[in-house]
Amino acid sequence: MRKLALNEEILLSVQQPARYIGGEVNMIKKDPKKVDVRFAMCFPDVYEIGMSHLGIQILYEMFNRRDDVYCERVYSPWVDLDRIMREKNIPLFAIESQDPVRDFDFLGITLQYEMCYTNVLQILDLSGIPLHTAERTWDDPIVIGGGPCAYNPEPLADFFDLFYIGEGETVYFDLIDTYKESRKSGESREAFLKRAAQIPGIYVPSLYEASYNEDGTLRDFIPLCPEAPAKVKKQLVMDMDGAVYPEKPLVPFIRATQDRVVLEVMRGCIRGCRFCQAGMIYRPVREKSVERLKELAYSMLKSTGHEEISLSSLSSSDYRGLEGIVNFLIEEFHGKGVNVSLPSLRIDSFSLDVMSKVQDVKKSSLTFAPEAGSQRLRDVINKGLTEEEILTGAGEAFKGGWNRVKLYFMLGLPTETVQDIEGIALLSEKIAERYYEIPKEQRTGRVQVSASSSFFVPKPFTPFQWARMCTKNEFLDKARTVNHKMKEMKNAKSLRYSWHEADVSLLEGVLARGDRRVGAAVESAYRKGALYDSWTEQFNNDIWMEAFEECGIDMDFYTSRERGADELFPWDFIDTGVTKEFLRREWENAAAERVTLNCRERCAGCGVRRFGGGVCFEDQN
Amino acid sequence: MKIRIKFSKQGAMKYIGHLDVMRFFQKAMRRADVDIRYSGGFSPHQIMSFAAPLGLGLTGSGEYLDIEVLSCGTSAEMVRRLNAVMVEGMEVKSFRLLPDDAKNAMSLVAACDYTVRMRDDYLSGLSLTGRRFFEGLTDFIENGDLNVTKKTKKGEKQMDLRPLIFEHRLVEDGEAIFLKLSSGSTDNMKPEQLLAAFCESRNEEYPPFAFRINREEIYARADDGQDGPRFIPLEDFGENIE
Repeated sequence: MRKLALNEEILLSVQQPARYIGGEVNMIKKDPKKVDVRFAMCFPDVYEIGMSHLGIQILYEMFNRRDDVYCERVYSPWVDLDRIMREKNIPLFAIESQDPVRDFDFLGITLQYEMCYTNVLQILDLSGIPLHTAERTWDDPIVIGGGPCAYNPEPLADFFDLFYIGEGETVYFDLIDTYKESRKSGESREAFLKRAAQIPGIYVPSLYEASYNEDGTLRDFIPLCPEAPAKVKKQLVMDMDGAVYPEKPLVPFIRATQDRVVLEVMRGCIRGCRFCQAGMIYRPVREKSVERLKELAYSMLKSTGHEEISLSSLSSSDYRGLEGIVNFLIEEFHGKGVNVSLPSLRIDSFSLDVMSKVQDVKKSSLTFAPEAGSQRLRDVINKGLTEEEILTGAGEAFKGGWNRVKLYFMLGLPTETVQDIEGIALLSEKIAERYYEIPKEQRTGRVQVSASSSFFVPKPFTPFQWARMCTKNEFLDKARTVNHKMKEMKNAKSLRYSWHEADVSLLEGVLARGDRRVGAAVESAYRKGALYDSWTEQFNNDIWMEAFEECGIDMDFYTSRERGADELFPWDFIDTGVTKEFLRREWENAAAERVTLNCRERCAGCGVRRFGGGVCFEDQN
Repeated sequence: MKIRIKFSKQGAMKYIGHLDVMRFFQKAMRRADVDIRYSGGFSPHQIMSFAAPLGLGLTGSGEYLDIEVLSCGTSAEMVRRLNAVMVEGMEVKSFRLLPDDAKNAMSLVAACDYTVRMRDDYLSGLSLTGRRFFEGLTDFIENGDLNVTKKTKKGEKQMDLRPLIFEHRLVEDGEAIFLKLSSGSTDNMKPEQLLAAFCESRNEEYPPFAFRINREEIYARADDGQDGPRFIPLEDFGENIE
């Protein structure tokens, strides 16, 4: 029997012991003594969330294809086990071997959202790894961060030895080889870090120094040694069909958030919404071929036994092989007990036709993400979805039997006016009215339009990186304005409106565009007990307010200040391929309410053509 | 075709709850390409039912589930195919064809065999350990007051455990006890109830983590024989497909 790190009485006292025991279908077993490099791959949130993440499954597969590497998984212990581990001094362990994380060569932590930062410190702390890179020795693993939040790694700069900027499939093996050479030669940890800094895409925060102007803005950010490049270049997979993909993904015993086969159809997005970081940093769009997807669908359904398969991308409607792959999935698997689910599809006659085949219309709802309430503001954010398209889509869906619509909006977008905000209620009302335009005998009960809004958080590497973020009061006033307007609508009884908490959004705002100085507050908040900040019931805003106060950090400096055109940003040393000039041009286009066409309609000259592939060269093959 | 599958759930699998075991087998059927029958309707589900849920923390050597298939290979082949897609701790032991009019396993359950052992790596705080504990328990089963109060949804209920204990004997040199207990929708008894009642009779608190309990077999009740009730392992209702 496999050994377990936790004893019976602990496992039987905590919620969901299956989070900690491993042994799942398709788990990779290796003898740790027979490999050269042990890699602990961590998603700093609870198991069910972490197990649903595609990126980790890809890297797990990729690393474990190498005989000299054993990649294992680590997740955040839930608060019940966290308490027990601290009380009993149990070190954090990896799922596969159940060995302590501290014995590993690498600890890789994926940074998918800012609100996981205190969990990052929990992982280090429970592992017995010093929180600061400066305090670590060869007795500690090399701690490396990756994922979208690594595009502004500065708030976490003190806690990581390395960051990987870009997609993991490209230079990780170079890093592993460099590590092996370094260990073999017996050189110092510092010497290894300097070697690593020379691998494209690897950022070594300790080799750079930031200095600040009197007004608090960044003055300069300079490499401290010749090995550290002034610019760190984003790494990108260009051959999507040739790229590694988990053909035997792990199948958890307990229901994970993503309990299905996930087919990634493409990376990137042609749309260029100005608020969207993913749409910018994953440029250019790169597609997988329908043939490759078919192979993967077969092998992954077979190896997992999942009863559902889903397409994944930022905007699947823009995948050119969509009809081909969807029709294939339906013909091949639907009716054999396998559901086909299609998130992030534009509502049009094709998607409605497909949806009516694969789901129970009565039980499902339609989802639109207009993001803003007026056409003017949708032009500002470059969301290419018109009111006409929404109403037509909804109208067709209503005729097809749907009667529930979900609408997603953001509040606090740049240039937003009261008219834009009230537009959320007006658009919801128009959709409800559209429902009552269809003949009574074709209707199925009452329509329900549920609108919800989140608060806009400006992100690095977007045209809105210069934007000021609203204050808490401004946000809440806006939400109340919408709520009030909703109640005035003729069909108010068919409309629902909900909005997110403002506190978390503001914190996210500080962390997203924070600099190195913000790290002290993250650590202070963690010391005071902040953990699982993305979980509403765990989030404690008071702790964070105290932490900022204590560290002398003015939240408004990071959130509600509009940045100047010439300001040097903490993340400017990263080269995503999308130029700052393009982002600035888009920021000006936003102010002028000018729409920029999508990548397939007209190249906007963002800069990623230099990667030499993807959508930039689609017509030239 | 109705099929009865016997499996064991050992080792770390005792931390997997019943609902997750069901999901595990649903996926296993697809991995093994079992030609299982699906219900109709918009979201078809596999025709599959389990005999009796096993509590979290218990292991089992003779667990059962019933399925319906449209076609299948020999029993030996199906056992091999299913075991090729199992995980450590889960093992399929038999795959047998039931008569068409067979009742499902769940409705047949009348008794279960258990072996109860005491953990030697756990400080239970009990005054009796090992052999002495099980001797004391035997005496309690034979001579003690087995009227217990059971908490139910509606309040509390008095329950006499004695008629629900069909067999008991010391095994493994007295270091463990074998129990055959009544099971099913009425007169359901769990070994933990007996252990708790014994501890209570000695004015000691029941230590829930002190024991290892393995369910050995699940039975249906046959017509009573001369010496009292007779029980048939659920597996015996089916026959091997050659």
